[in-house]
Amino acid sequence: MPRHIALKDPLREIRTFSARTAVAMVVVLGLLAAILIRYYSLQITSYETYRTQSERNRVQLQPLPPKRGLIFDRNGVLLADNRPSYMLSIVREQVPDLETTLQELQDLVPVSESDLDNFHKKLARRRPYEAVPLRFRLNQEERARLAVNRYRLPGVVVDAQLLRHYPHGELFSHALGYVGRINEREAFELDESNYRGTFHVGKVGVEKYYEDVLHGTVGYQNVETNAHGRVLRVLERHDPTPGADLTLHLDIRVQQAAFDALGDRRGAVVAVDPVTGGILALVSTPGFDTNLFVNGISSADYSALRDSPDVPLFNRAVQGQYPPGSTVKPMMGLAGLESGLVTPETTVADPGWYRLPGDSRRYRDWILRIRGTGHAPKVDLRMAIAESCDVYFYDLARRLTIDRMHDYLDDFGLGHRTGIDTTNERRGVLPSTQWKRDAMAQPWYPGETLSAGIGQGYMLTTPLQLAVATTVLASRGERRVPRMLWAIDGEPAPAPLLEPLVASEQNWDAVHGGMLEVVHGKRGTAKKLSRDIQYHMAGKTGTAQVIGIAQNAVYKEEEVAERHRHHGLFIAFAPQESPTIAVAIIVENGGGSSAASPIARKVIDTWLLGEAG
Amino acid sequence: MGDYVRQMPHQGSADLARPPSTASRFHIDVPLLLLLMVLTVYGLFVLYSASGKDMGAVIRQGRYFLVSYVVMIVAAQISLERFTRWSPWFYLVGVATLVAVMFVGVGAKGAQRWLSIGGFRFQPSEIMKLVVPMAVAWYLADRILPPRLNHVIVALGIVGLPAALILQQPDLGTALLIAASGLFVLFMAGIGWRYMVGAVILAVASAWPMWMFVLKDYQQQRILTMLNPESDKLGAGWNIIQSKTAIGSGGWQGKGWMNGTQSQLDFLPESHTDFIIAVLGEEFGLRGVLMLMGIYLLILLRGFWIGVHAQSSFGRMMAGSLTLTFFVYIFVNMGMVAGMLPVVGVPLPLVSAGGTSVVTLMAGFGLLMAISTEKRMVAT
Repeated sequence: MPRHIALKDPLREIRTFSARTAVAMVVVLGLLAAILIRYYSLQITSYETYRTQSERNRVQLQPLPPKRGLIFDRNGVLLADNRPSYMLSIVREQVPDLETTLQELQDLVPVSESDLDNFHKKLARRRPYEAVPLRFRLNQEERARLAVNRYRLPGVVVDAQLLRHYPHGELFSHALGYVGRINEREAFELDESNYRGTFHVGKVGVEKYYEDVLHGTVGYQNVETNAHGRVLRVLERHDPTPGADLTLHLDIRVQQAAFDALGDRRGAVVAVDPVTGGILALVSTPGFDTNLFVNGISSADYSALRDSPDVPLFNRAVQGQYPPGSTVKPMMGLAGLESGLVTPETTVADPGWYRLPGDSRRYRDWILRIRGTGHAPKVDLRMAIAESCDVYFYDLARRLTIDRMHDYLDDFGLGHRTGIDTTNERRGVLPSTQWKRDAMAQPWYPGETLSAGIGQGYMLTTPLQLAVATTVLASRGERRVPRMLWAIDGEPAPAPLLEPLVASEQNWDAVHGGMLEVVHGKRGTAKKLSRDIQYHMAGKTGTAQVIGIAQNAVYKEEEVAERHRHHGLFIAFAPQESPTIAVAIIVENGGGSSAASPIARKVIDTWLLGEAG
Repeated sequence: MGDYVRQMPHQGSADLARPPSTASRFHIDVPLLLLLMVLTVYGLFVLYSASGKDMGAVIRQGRYFLVSYVVMIVAAQISLERFTRWSPWFYLVGVATLVAVMFVGVGAKGAQRWLSIGGFRFQPSEIMKLVVPMAVAWYLADRILPPRLNHVIVALGIVGLPAALILQQPDLGTALLIAASGLFVLFMAGIGWRYMVGAVILAVASAWPMWMFVLKDYQQQRILTMLNPESDKLGAGWNIIQSKTAIGSGGWQGKGWMNGTQSQLDFLPESHTDFIIAVLGEEFGLRGVLMLMGIYLLILLRGFWIGVHAQSSFGRMMAGSLTLTFFVYIFVNMGMVAGMLPVVGVPLPLVSAGGTSVVTLMAGFGLLMAISTEKRMVAT
């Protein structure tokens, strides 16, 4: 070790160190004495107090779970409530032999493998003298059998508990979500003390998103018990704070109309109030009975739901991603007008196909296979929207370029999560050259711009995104984050506003005009909807290809397997003058938009006129 | 100095070392080894009861002890001169791994503390408990002691950098422990009382901003819970109420091994890790607590004795710091379980179940043995 011996004074160092050691020892002894005094006072002075307290823990602290908040629709119709349900629990400390008791209980009432599994997991984490649930939802007969045998089953408890119940079952399955038993991962994440005594937690949807609000705060009581665990008296009680009640924007009539109109087809309907951003209906079919999940679904029921080719557990309204097809045309039209590339008077010749300069490939207009020719020699924007002219938008898309198209459609909220207050929302795809480089490491090809211009190719949207984009069209640029929630405990919670999409009034008028023609025009693609209609509806039809069609092949609906048929889409808002509802509809493999558009009429009729048309 | 030696109840150590015995050839400090063995065996007995008669837990802990004894003996073979030379390099590598944790560390429960290399996870902050005092001792060893102000400032920097890195993980408990282990070196080096009084005043003055800006919500909660356990009866307060009940109901005699109602009926949380002293207190009573404190006291005294008899500045300062750090573990753990201090994640040294802390502690004792036996080699 290199030392500067001349400067260091080892003797002085040792003296200093010894003095410091002495000081340290005094401090150490002093603090150890303090600890000793503390243990002496606990173990000798207060021995009696603590011994009494520990003696069989006569005084127990019991958690009092809060009542979960109710959920209502906008009319005050109950969508989720709590009903008393009997459950069978076991207090481990009072059971002489757990295995025998479990065996005897299984002879009395059916106990499934997963019940047992959950029981053992919970048993390992319980507090002493805490009742651990084994079976929920005992029926009357089971309760009677347990009551008769109660005398020979110490430590077995049957008591009532409030359980979530969904009165409308499947109707609101995807709109509300559901609660289920707390699993191990959730137990780790939840606030342990607040969830003492709570066995259920929101798993998906509104039930999960608003878990904090709905749950409430746990209470507790100090009770004195006898040696058998029976409560003799309550010494102290702190009531739990119940969870807040939620009122949603949902309207059960609109929801029911949409659900009935979809029938047994696979599809989704989202209806939004453009004034508030509130979700009036959110339907995805098929659904499922959410009550099945509340107490642990049986594995047979679950595999039936999971393995069904119709994927009922999949929330098509927020998770389903479909090509928007021609429903993007009104948005494209606004982009063309705002960018100055077209005016309402600009016309395009439509021979039934379109060709890129220097490319032999013909991009066909859908009308070609019906009429054998194009829409007209001169197609303006109004006609292009009303009759869904592909060639007009091929040309516009080419001039606009994919990246500017991306920027305009981005303002309508495509390609982003809308931020709705429910779970599992997907973002869709709004392609651009940048996106393709990042996602596929490939350059963008000019032909792809044409497909994008009519909502095909890489572009994917969720029905919710389409509905929100429709509210932007309806409210002439106002943008809101869509909201399920209207009010918490009667206190309104307005939807957050976003930066508006600014466009000139004439341009909005032009787009609205085209959309009105879709429904009310002589040659509108949804003109059947205008029969006996009592208001002005603006809409746009769309068809999304499921399989690619070869260059010269002709798509014949009846020859194609059901699963390979086109998806039918429709967006609409009404009344056009001051819209109060905007809807987006998709019917999977519906063949075309005619499968979707009548649903819009029924939904909007219900909302505006209070009846299904 | 001789006074301390006379207080030692096991003066036989000197006799044991007279001929060049196996023990001294392998750099083993026999009194320290015997005390550690008594402590670990005692700990395993308590653990068996605390883990609910789980032999698997005892065997697992026994395996940790085995590994850590090997680590200790290996560490004892390294000459002190070599430890001194390596110190700055250990320190640089340690700080580098702490920085690495910031970027590629693995988190658990909101804290990023672990580094994962080839499937093997380790906690760099744990190693720093040894490395930081070593670095400070290395730096001061060449200076004139007591250190002058500029040397004190550099030493504070050596302590402060890793402490700050660990604080932002965030891991307040370990950061404080590491800062303390480095400051103990300064204390042992003879830093002036003026500085210490100043530091205390500074600490008190910074308590308010610390509370407002540095402490996380859960840390504030722990301190509030300690002051008033009744405020959160179902959550953190539960632990303190139950551990006090367990200890108190043990009385003088205790309820007997494996007869503690509080611990056997699972009223006690973390009964085999941080709160194991409550099991001991309940089952072995104040007698058992006194016995444990006796063993600890003897280990501490042996540590001070080794420091006083060390030949080099580095050895003296390290022995003092290691001994005091060991004491901090004891004091903080026993204090928190008895409701005197806030609940921080500090285990009862060599008794609580767990692997990492045991290995670090025993490596520290290995260093202590290297210091202790170096003296003898110089003497002969």
